[in-house]
Amino acid sequence: MTNNTFGTTTESVMHRDDIMGPGHLACAGCGIIPMLRLLLKVFGRRTVVVTPACCYAVVDGPFPYSAIGVPFMHCAFETAAASAAGVRAAFDMRGIPDVNVIVLAGDGGTFDIGFQALSGAAERNENIVYVCYDNEAYMNTGIQRSSATPLGAWTTTTPEQAPKAESKKDIGTIMAGHRIPYFATTSMAYPEDMLAKFEKAKAMSGFRMIHYHCSCPTGWKADSRDMIGLARLAVQTRAFPLYEILDGESWQITVDPEPADLQEYFRIQGRYRHIQPNQLTEIERHLDKEWKTLSRKASAPESSGR
Amino acid sequence: MMRVEEKTAVRVITGNEAAAWAAFLARSQVIASYPITPQTSLIETLASLTAKAPGRCRFINVESEHSAMAACIAAATAGARAFTATSSQGLLLMHELLHWASGARLPIVLVNVNRATAPGWNIWTDQNDSMSQRDTGWIQFYCESAQEVLDTVIQSYRLSEELRVPSMVILDAFFLSHTAEPVEMPSQDLVDCFLPPWSPEFLLDVDNPAAFGGLLGIDHYQEMRGDLHEALHAAATRVEGVDLAWKELTGRSYGTIEEYRCGDADIVLMTVATASSTARLVVDSFRERGVGIGRLKLRMFRPFPDELLRERLRGKRHLIVLDRNCSYGSNGILFTEIKGALYGLPEAERPQVHGYISGLGGRDLTPARIESMVEHALNHAAEERSVWIG
Repeated sequence: MTNNTFGTTTESVMHRDDIMGPGHLACAGCGIIPMLRLLLKVFGRRTVVVTPACCYAVVDGPFPYSAIGVPFMHCAFETAAASAAGVRAAFDMRGIPDVNVIVLAGDGGTFDIGFQALSGAAERNENIVYVCYDNEAYMNTGIQRSSATPLGAWTTTTPEQAPKAESKKDIGTIMAGHRIPYFATTSMAYPEDMLAKFEKAKAMSGFRMIHYHCSCPTGWKADSRDMIGLARLAVQTRAFPLYEILDGESWQITVDPEPADLQEYFRIQGRYRHIQPNQLTEIERHLDKEWKTLSRKASAPESSGR
Repeated sequence: MMRVEEKTAVRVITGNEAAAWAAFLARSQVIASYPITPQTSLIETLASLTAKAPGRCRFINVESEHSAMAACIAAATAGARAFTATSSQGLLLMHELLHWASGARLPIVLVNVNRATAPGWNIWTDQNDSMSQRDTGWIQFYCESAQEVLDTVIQSYRLSEELRVPSMVILDAFFLSHTAEPVEMPSQDLVDCFLPPWSPEFLLDVDNPAAFGGLLGIDHYQEMRGDLHEALHAAATRVEGVDLAWKELTGRSYGTIEEYRCGDADIVLMTVATASSTARLVVDSFRERGVGIGRLKLRMFRPFPDELLRERLRGKRHLIVLDRNCSYGSNGILFTEIKGALYGLPEAERPQVHGYISGLGGRDLTPARIESMVEHALNHAAEERSVWIG
């Protein structure tokens, strides 16, 4: 049992009403489901979820089934944030302002095709919660590269002979540039940290964004039973650090575990099978640099520069 | 019944302002828009009207037309009356979501200011932007005057909400969008009487959770599209009732088509939008010369009122169709559509159909240009293809 900053406990949240129903169509080991269950437990039934084309658009179930348990709107691929803004506006104008409006979108619909709508809604500080479950490629269409795919990873459009040559887009810094009230990264391996961030987001208003590292056995070419372990290794290797940003300026690293070996993280994922020692070194160097940048931001005195 | 005359005021306003006033009077609850010439004065007027009436409407300055339509779709899915306005490239950017709005059966109203499509950049009127959206499942009205714009936007909400299909109200760039005319302004009471609050049967409701727009298999998709098709067709007759209800309150009505001196005519000139006014003058001029000509204005383009058109054009000798658009590699769009409709008449009762394309990119459809089409039609056998008039 762990206390988070809001005084609630992981255990008390776990005992809450399970809004999400069984019968969803997720792969075994898919990271969406455990996160979504917790998300809905925190936000409750007075919630509407908007989802663009992504794995969850399929996972929720075909007409007339829906597993999510709250009003659910599918929207076009590039429109998640704009659609959520429309739902928010409608509920406000109909005199029902207490409904949580949540986007649940993949990395493609967030980092790539939905990026313009995301930026627009963030700039307008729309009163919504945008949850990006980032499984680091277009998994629903069969594992194609997105701008969230990490440096060196295999996908069907970045084959072993030409793995991804660019690093993962730094969405946190971009969103910080929009000065949104809240941005946080989360991982299933650290549920207490995740719940605390959900609670924090729920207690705020304006544009809040959760960036969730979402395990994907299919796309990562890894065993379903290793998913939580992989999620933990991603944080430990600083491939996916856990942090939060308040108002675009106050950065805080929320989980700072003992570093783990990147080779260990790569070894159990087929998407990194082709990685040579020199490539591993290059990726390690890249992650070290990113971590230093993040640490600097997180430790910078608020009045620096004056 | 309300005594209308006592409740109206006349304002001299542009077509764009008339559209804005109509969206405001219709109590649009969510307006999402993105600026594009020549639509801008429309959304500027709406921004001003809604800012002065806090709590009445959420005006969202989205970052693109695509997001404008996305926000309208979502707002309507959540039970709000939604409005947007655009033009040309903006409408084309919305294309994907036009299909979504009709497929989701949402009664959104969109005003499109007809403008040519790039390249090259041309901000003047033609109909290729909206007519190329003809297969998206939206009702389409083309307007001739600022008054008709105002009345049609309000009528569209009622028609759309009754049938759960979206409506597009279309006006010519500058010739109508920026031309000021006296417009009778209905009172708020009158509009409220005509257009009660929308209460949708299906909506995002936390007390009754449901999923909207998810996976639809082979067993259901075709039936849902068939329902949409039927609803669109129903609009062709339902619009008459809506128009009549509006007439009872305001004295004004428009129909799906408007005929001018067509009764005894054996030649009919078919037009849409502002060219219809010019065509009326051309008809008068030919009538003075003893030519038996009339003008048929098509107000409703989708659904295409083919039955009514067959009835009215049965036995006419010549039909002259003016297209301010072109389906490249085919013909003028109205020319093609009306020929398809007239095929339903016995051959002996079908008029010869002469198609003309002119007025693209804002080229003025002067009386002389329209006269030259009529002269051409009177002196030539009908050609297979639309004839371009420079």
